[in-house]
This record gives sequence, structure tokens and C-alpha cells, in this order.
Amino acid sequence: MPMLPARDREFESQGLIVRQALAYRLQMVAAASCLMLLTTDCGALADPVLDPKGPIALAQRQLLFDAVAIMMIVIIPVFIMAALFIWRYRGTNRNARYTPNLAYYWPAEILIWGVPAGIILWLSFHLWDGTHKLDPYKAVDPSVAPLQVEAVAQDWKWLFIYPEQNIAVVNELVFPSGRPLAIRITSDTVMNSFIIPGLGGQIYAMAGMQTKLHLLADEPGEFWGRNVQYSGRGFADQQFRAIATSTGDDFDAWIAKVKTSLDTLDATTYEQLAKPSVKVPVTYYSAVEPNLFDKIIAKWRDGGTAHHAPMTAEAEQAN
Amino acid sequence: MFGRLTIEAFPFYSAIAATGAAITVLGAVSVIAVITYFRAWRLVLFDWISSLDHKKIGIMYVMLALVMLMRGFIDAAMMRSQQAIASGNDGYLPPGHFDQIFSSHGTIMIFFMAMPFLSGLINHIMPQQIGARDVAFPFMNAISLWLTAAGAGLVLISLAIGKFSTAGWSGYPPYSGAEYNPGVGVDYWLWAVLIAGVGSTMSGINFLVTILKCRAPGMHLFRMPLFTWTVLVTSILMIFAFPALTVACGLLALDRIFGMHFFTNAMGGNMMHYINLFWLWGHPEVYILILPAFGVFSEVVATFSQKRLFGYISLVLATMAIGILSFSVWLHHFFTMGASADVNSFFGIMTTIIAVPTGVKVFDWLLTMYRGRIIFKPPMLYTLGFLVTFVIGGLSGVLLALPPVDYTMHNTTFLVAHFHNMIIPGVLFGYLAGYMFWFPKAFGFKLNEKWGTRSFWCWIVGFYLAFMPLYVLGLMGMPRRMEHYDIPAWQPHLIVAAIGAFIILLGIICLGIQLAVSIRDREQARDLTGDPWNGRSLEWATSSPPAPYNFAILPHVQSIDAFWDMKHRGVAYQRPDRYVDIFLPKNTFVGAFIGGAGFVFGFGMVWYIWWLAILALAAIALAIIVRAFDDDTDTIIPASKVKEIEDARFAQLAKAPRNELADDPGFAAEAVPEGSS
Repeated sequence: MPMLPARDREFESQGLIVRQALAYRLQMVAAASCLMLLTTDCGALADPVLDPKGPIALAQRQLLFDAVAIMMIVIIPVFIMAALFIWRYRGTNRNARYTPNLAYYWPAEILIWGVPAGIILWLSFHLWDGTHKLDPYKAVDPSVAPLQVEAVAQDWKWLFIYPEQNIAVVNELVFPSGRPLAIRITSDTVMNSFIIPGLGGQIYAMAGMQTKLHLLADEPGEFWGRNVQYSGRGFADQQFRAIATSTGDDFDAWIAKVKTSLDTLDATTYEQLAKPSVKVPVTYYSAVEPNLFDKIIAKWRDGGTAHHAPMTAEAEQAN
Repeated sequence: MFGRLTIEAFPFYSAIAATGAAITVLGAVSVIAVITYFRAWRLVLFDWISSLDHKKIGIMYVMLALVMLMRGFIDAAMMRSQQAIASGNDGYLPPGHFDQIFSSHGTIMIFFMAMPFLSGLINHIMPQQIGARDVAFPFMNAISLWLTAAGAGLVLISLAIGKFSTAGWSGYPPYSGAEYNPGVGVDYWLWAVLIAGVGSTMSGINFLVTILKCRAPGMHLFRMPLFTWTVLVTSILMIFAFPALTVACGLLALDRIFGMHFFTNAMGGNMMHYINLFWLWGHPEVYILILPAFGVFSEVVATFSQKRLFGYISLVLATMAIGILSFSVWLHHFFTMGASADVNSFFGIMTTIIAVPTGVKVFDWLLTMYRGRIIFKPPMLYTLGFLVTFVIGGLSGVLLALPPVDYTMHNTTFLVAHFHNMIIPGVLFGYLAGYMFWFPKAFGFKLNEKWGTRSFWCWIVGFYLAFMPLYVLGLMGMPRRMEHYDIPAWQPHLIVAAIGAFIILLGIICLGIQLAVSIRDREQARDLTGDPWNGRSLEWATSSPPAPYNFAILPHVQSIDAFWDMKHRGVAYQRPDRYVDIFLPKNTFVGAFIGGAGFVFGFGMVWYIWWLAILALAAIALAIIVRAFDDDTDTIIPASKVKEIEDARFAQLAKAPRNELADDPGFAAEAVPEGSS
């Protein structure tokens, strides 16, 4: 490059800085729009967790938002400091101050320990409070009698028993909106995990043990629920429809429909049902063996065996 | 005779599985072919495989890690591509195959990529940082390496003979029990983890004793470089945590082989006992992996900001705090088990508390850059990428620590995104930064910077593309480990994630090209001084690569940043008056033999070939007894030989009088006190 007069060289370097700054800003804009695209365009806001349909999921979301907001007190300074320091203290910038032995400054130490500690203190109170309020074992509204449902995880389907109505359903959970739902959960196979993302959850389903989950749908609607704990080759299809009916009458009509089913669930038909099967269609049982849920738990407590036929070479082949 | 092993174990039933097996076998054959072609068997056997030199063991660990990184990444790429296409259809992988892939991906990345990478960096660097000539127990060090390799070998051979586990990397019972999973897959996982776990426990003991007993004169604990501090805490975690894993897996093995009922559904078994034990190891394990990476970042950020590390005491205290807290949070991996609100709150709060020391570290690194002169070499780029990306993972981690939030997010891809957000920028970027930072130390020439920079950009862009969509999917309720799905709204995100995985592949390719180009151009990138980055800690006081004994004369340490201080006082390259004989451990094949026998033992246990397993165990016992009676385990490097090596080194130093970093436009200063230049 031919030698330029000093003034021109200065202009050139200024031009370079402007170009660099411009490129940097463009990068920021691109990054921001990517983020927007990720969170809004592709429908994240219409998803079950961020768009809840019941008070439990709503409260869970609120805690999520509060925590994100308070954490920004540390997150944003990190981003700003990183960007600022990388730019300002780049080695080629001879105008920036250079203090190679700066290794301790007590106000900074107090700040970097104190501020995160303060945030965690604030968060701890909310965590304690939220965890107790949203305890899945706690009734949503103690003054209202909830609808009792018993859920049994099987390979690879869900069985719902309505003890008060004496009916059972495979892969469909129907309940009236506005009335709390009290679910007792167990497994007749490996460990599963029960969730309806639009309403709340989740809780493990374990053989020989029972867990509990209380839910409430504010408004009528159709949701999906499923097992989210990996459980074998039929796992991906182990899901069910959860339907919150608009009125109690609709719910009663559904009960009446189930009651017309010719199938009943006694010890023999249950054994058949409990065998591994995939993509089982919704099945109604108009009557259920008394205390079936407790018997399933007791079976494992007292010994018990799996319904799983030991995997043969052919079955493994089929995988 | 051959237990469960029959001809049906070979994967001729599926084209994809057979291809995997063929690639594995081809890989092994080509390694043998290359060694034979270069007539390098003598070198490989007598200089490397039998070596007890901590530096060579470290290099072999890292080589193992890089090979397994490749294998683990192929698994990841297969999962991403399967999920990108399997919307409303079955994709190209059947469930039984997809499940093996996610299980082997996690197992490989944690046990056989991250752990060996970690042990490799520690092995090579930590003894040099404290001014030692080797680790405390060089022979045990070799056993650790070869047991880890034996575990990795079991995972690899499961591709060609039999199948791997489908129970995920955490192997939750009762699914992983014999009743639901009678095949060999879980056994492969079990014995790979058990055998490698024994190696890791011994590594922890070795590193801890080395740091406590082998420091150079004057190297007080509070003068140790931060990397060594993090190794100290990590090795304590290893010693306390790994036995929990060994017990959990051991009991699961008893369940599977002898039909016992520790974790079964029936007969009083309880799967939650396993899950408690597993995470009692599993959570400290996260910190075992990440603390040394934090150590690397501390070294790198100070070196390339050309400034003292800010808040040394704070960083040490934060490291200790994380180490202690890591044992009090394991229950956050299963808030959804149905524990009481009090229990969940306690573990939730303990988990959020870890964010405090971690946040302190991030700010200390940022403040190290403050008023520094930052040089953007690839290790520094990885560090900066980590700083910015890691806080996002920290945020999602705190969210998951809130039990009510965890109820909705547990087992979803939000969780997957979270822990990859910690482990890729936190752990892997740290190790890659360390690899590029210390490569010249290990091999005597620098890695190509252009390709290093390219690999960084591919990794970071690929990371964001691959994992930010998983956060979104998690909020949409998508569970992890879905082989196919029928919610079409998920697919666009999964396609973006697959593109991200592809860009990460480019990053891995860049790493390979970087290595090849650097080896080709090594003469132009020689590190003649042993101090290519104007370094601060003692490992830069040795030559590159270091002499077998590291230090001809043990250094006397007078401050933090010991080597910087020596350069400052003008005593860094003093020639001693006379040299003395140096004792070093003699090479032996016993370590590799024990590893090989460990592999055979594992293979016998997997296939129920009992006689083979018993034979292998007996061989290990015999080898240890024979070794114990061997009193001639040292070799002496006579003073004359030391003088010869050192004279050559000083002659080389004389040819490179200048600081190697001085040509960099961002170079600030030699090691001189502020204001006196």
C-alpha cells in the first residue's frame, strides 16, 4: 500500500471503525430477530406451557415468568459487560486503560457475591411458597368435592378408572371443566410419568406405589396428555386425549355413553388389557372389578410378575 | 461354552446396524493398518502403551476422547435427522434402534468423551502446574487409563456383537431390569460404566494425592493455579461420588444376574433407591466435568487478557462451595417422584444456591477482561463463547430448580436443551479451549489458528441452532426420547435443530482439518521457548514438549502466577550449576494388561461366559500380585543425560530470544511490573 498522508490514514482507520461498528450492529439485529422468530413466529406462545388452560398451569407459568424477570438482574449485565469489555479492551485498542495487576477490588467482590445471593434469597421465598401452593398432592379447592379418577400406566397405554361411576376407559380422560380433578396414579409396568401439559403435572407412576395429582380445567377444551418417562418401544405413542366438557350434563352424557359399552373390566379382561400393546384405540368399560386400582398396587407389593412376555429373539428383531 | 453368545448376535438383521458395525470394524482395522504401514508397532507398544509418563497417558486419554466424540456425534446426528423427518411417520430408525442410539450417545459423551478428555488434560497439565515430575501413583494412573479404554471398548464392540442398552444413559430400573430387558444391551452399558467407573475412582485418588503431596517447594495451596484448584475439588468429588455409581450399578447387576430384588417392581424392590444412588453420583458428576473446565477458562482468560486473574480467592471459594453444594441437590433430578413439598423445596433452594458461586465465577472472569488487553486466539474465543452462552443455561437451570416449573418441564426437551447448554459451552468448550491452549505444550508446535477460529464459529452457531429450538419445543411440551411424533407444529423446530447439528459437524470437521494442517505446517509453528502464550503458571516453564522429567531442577515458587513471577524476577530461564540423577517410573505393560483383562471380564459378564470372566479376574489379580513383588520399578536418568537434554534446550532457547506472542498486534507487555516499562 502506498504511504498515505497522515490525515488520510486517520480517515481510513475511522472508516474501518465505522464499518466494524455497523457490522456489529447488524449482527445484533440479526441475533434479535432470530430470537423473535424462535419465540413468536413458530407458535411458542400458543403452546401448552406458555398458554395454560387451568389455574395450576397458570400459576406454574407465573412462577416461571417471575423467575426469568428477576434473573435478568444478573443476566443482562453479563451480556452488556461481555460485549463492552470485548470491544473496549481488545488488545489493539491502545486508548483503553490497561492495569495488568488489578486482581482485587473489594466493592466488586461484595457486589458479585451480594447481588446473586440477594436474588436467590428472593427466589427461595417464592420457591418455598410456590412449591407448597402447587404441591400436586394438595387439593385445588378443598371446599369442592373433586372428581376421583385412578390412572394406571400400562405398556403402552393409559387406563383411567372412575371408581364413583364404576367405569373405565383406555386412552381417554373426560371430566367436567370447572370441577377439580383428583387423580391417583400407579403403574402396572416400568416407571412412567403422567402429564397433561395444558393443565399441569407431572408425576411419576410407579408399580406397587401410588402418587397423586390434582388438576383443574377452567374452561372446556381438548388437551393431550401422555407418558413422558421413556418406557420402551411403544413409548412414542403412549398418549391420550383429555377432554374437559363444558357442563356437568355433558359429562353425565359421556358417562351414560360409556355405560352402554358391552365390555366390562374384570380380573381376566384386565390381564388381557395389561399385556404390551401399541396405539390402542379408545376403549370403554361399562363396569369395573371393585378396588381394581388397589389390587394392582397390592399385586406388586405382595410379589407379582410382569405381564411382559420375556423378549424373545423375534420380538427383539421386530424392534 | 459361549454363554448367550450365538451367531444371531451379529447385526445382519438390519442394514443400518450392519453399517455401524462395519464402520467400527473398519476403524479398528485401519488403525492397525496405519501403524503397520508406518512400521510404528515398536513405538506404539514400548513408548506409549507401556508408558507410565503422565504426559503420554494424558495424550492417550485425549485421543480416546476425540475418537469417542466422533462416535457420540454420529449418534446425535442420527437422532436429530430421525426427529427432523419423523413427524406423523416412523422415520428411518425403528424404536429399538433409536433407543440404543440415545442411550449410547449419552453414555459415550459423559463416560467416554468428557471423562477421558478431563483426565487427559489433568494428567498432562496438573503435575506441571504444581512443579511435579509425575503423578503420585504412575502405575495406578496407567490402570485408570486402560480401564477407561476397556469400558469404551465394550461400548464400541456392542455395535458389532449384540446390541446396546435402550434404557438411556441413566439406565433407570425397572425398565433396565432383567424382567423388562433380558437382552445383553443393559449389560453392555452396566459393565462399561462399572469398569470405567473403577478407573475414574482411582484417577480421583491419584490426582488428589498428587496435589496434596507432590507440590514443588513454595507452592502453597493458595499459590496453586486455578486449574489445579479445580482439579483438587473435582478429585475429591470423584472419590466421594463414584462409589455411589459403582454401588448402584453393582446392585443392578445383582438384580439382573442373580434375580435379586433391589430395584425391581416386585418382592420389595424399589426403583427409587437406584435413582437416588444414581443421582447421588450423577449430580456431583456434572461438577466433576465442569469444574476443571472452569479452571481452563480461568487460565485462558487471564493469559489472553494479559492480566492477573481477578478475584483469585473468590474463585477458589466459589469452587469449594460448588463442590460441597453439589452433594446436596441430587433430588432435583426427580422432583416428580411425589416427595413432600418440604423435601422438594429444600432441594430446590439448595440448587438455586449453586447459582451464586457460579455467578461469582462468571463476573470474576468478566472483570479479568476489564482493563486488560484481550488477544482473540481460539482458546479465548471458546472462553468468550462460553461466558455468553453459559448464563442462558444457568437461567434455564434455575428455572428447572423451581419444583412447580420442573413439574411441567421435566422429561421434556427443555431439560435436554438445558443440560446441553451447560455441557457443550461449559464442559466441551472448556476442554477444547484447553486442548488448543496446551497443545503446543504437549507437542511442541501450535495449532493452526485460522481453522481453530472456524471450528469455534461452527460450534457456537451450530450449538444455538441445535438447542434453542429444543427450549421452545420443551415449552410446547415435547418429551425427550421421542422416536416419532404426531404434532406437526414440532417439526419446523426439529428441522432447525438438525441444521444446527450439521453445522456442529462442520465444527468437528474444522477440528480435524486444524489438526492435519497443523501437523503439516508444524515447522513454521514450532514453540521453541515452551512459553507460546506468554503464560503465567509453571507448565510454561518446561520445554515444549517437556522432557520426561518435566523439571530438571524443581522450581521454587514464591507467588501466585509462579512462572510470571519468575519471568518478572528474571530467573525463569536460569541455568543451574549442576544436575542430579532423576528417578522416573519404568515402563510396564501390566497396566495395559489389566485394562485388556478388564475388557475380557466385561465381555464375559455381558454374555454370561462365566469361565472367561473368572479367568480374566484371576489374570488381573495375578498381574497385581506380580507387580506388587516387583521392586525394580524405577529407571534412572543420570545427571549427564539430564545435562545433555537441558543443554540442547538452552541452545534452542538462545535461537528464540523473543517472546513468542510479541508479534501479535494486541500484545501488551513482557512480564514486567506496571509502570516500569
